[in-house]
Amino acid sequence: MTTIEAPRTPSRPARSKGVNWEKWGWLYMRASGVLLVVLIFGHLIVNLVLGEGIKAVDFGFVAGKWADPFWRIWDGLMLWLALIHGGNGMRTIVNDYAHNRTINRTLKLLILAAVVILILLGTYTVTFFDPCPSGAPANLLPDFCSTITK
Amino acid sequence: MSTAVADAPAPEAPAPIKSFVVTLIIRRFDPDVDSEPHWQDYDVEMYPTDRILDALHKIKWEQDGSLTFRRSCAHGVCGSDAMRINGRNRLACKTLIKDLDVQKPIYVEAIKGLPLEKDLVVDMDPFFESYREVQPFLQANSAPPEGKERIQSVADRARFDDTTKCILCAACTSSCPVFWTDGQYFGPAAIVNAHRFIFDSRDDEAQVRLDILNEKEGVWRCRTTFNCTDACPRGIQVTQAIAEVKQAIMRGHR
Repeated sequence: MTTIEAPRTPSRPARSKGVNWEKWGWLYMRASGVLLVVLIFGHLIVNLVLGEGIKAVDFGFVAGKWADPFWRIWDGLMLWLALIHGGNGMRTIVNDYAHNRTINRTLKLLILAAVVILILLGTYTVTFFDPCPSGAPANLLPDFCSTITK
Repeated sequence: MSTAVADAPAPEAPAPIKSFVVTLIIRRFDPDVDSEPHWQDYDVEMYPTDRILDALHKIKWEQDGSLTFRRSCAHGVCGSDAMRINGRNRLACKTLIKDLDVQKPIYVEAIKGLPLEKDLVVDMDPFFESYREVQPFLQANSAPPEGKERIQSVADRARFDDTTKCILCAACTSSCPVFWTDGQYFGPAAIVNAHRFIFDSRDDEAQVRLDILNEKEGVWRCRTTFNCTDACPRGIQVTQAIAEVKQAIMRGHR
């Protein structure tokens, strides 16, 4: 016996309940984009334009910046927002162009791995960075460490 | 392009409209013969006031009767003759020769992203399938007053006026790079027609349509490329309509 579908039966099932990742992803891209404009241009101006400009950038310059927790939070925020923003953008492009299921899944897995590894490494560095670790051989340390008394 | 007529000083008398030869390069495909579409060129004598549709008619009637294309009203109302003219989606019946650079050949091909059937004719079924999915009809839970229509204020009517102009020609949907990728995306035209009823004060099922468009293949796939707004022969602000649906979904109501 054949049954006739009820009128107005949607041809694809309605979205099941739960977190709507596409919606939140869309919102995240906008919000992080606006924040990143401020963060990245602030970063570029402070590093490359103000003061001595690009010539000042070396290990000591970064160590000096990261002596202030403000710049650690700034750089950490930039790291997380930019990598997730970029990763999600790459995921959208893969969804658009990689129609083969296996290739699609593989590429997205690689993107996820890259994002996670870079975020972990970056967060570790930005949190625990110490220009002059105690007990390190003196020849591996930058010059200014001898002038700092612990 | 000087002719004897144009060179002769003819004050007062209106100069006769000059005709010239235009080259059209049309992407032909006959499924019975060809394995791949191919480009074929035709020289047609045209006036600046003629339209691309007139050129296609001249080719079909005078040169090659096998040329296949859709057209019905031929006046920009029925939406049958959307095609890619010089790389842009246009209605052949609304594109004047004088608005194109006739020094160069004019390229005409079928709209992209829908299965090609023959020459300039595509299978419109996937397009109408996603149109049907957004329930493009009035669903009111209330009964109108006895013997009367549902009253709507001028402001309420103006809210969705722009999206009532859609003629379902598929020019927008087939100009959308996201629609080209896998054809799963609803496409601008379906969202425009959902917008027309979502923002209609007489309709009570806006939430159902918003839920449908909140899916993975719904409005979130729109990248605001604005191809659709450029393609629309009715001048509908398509990208804006899609953005308004996105905002309504974020708000949770229309």
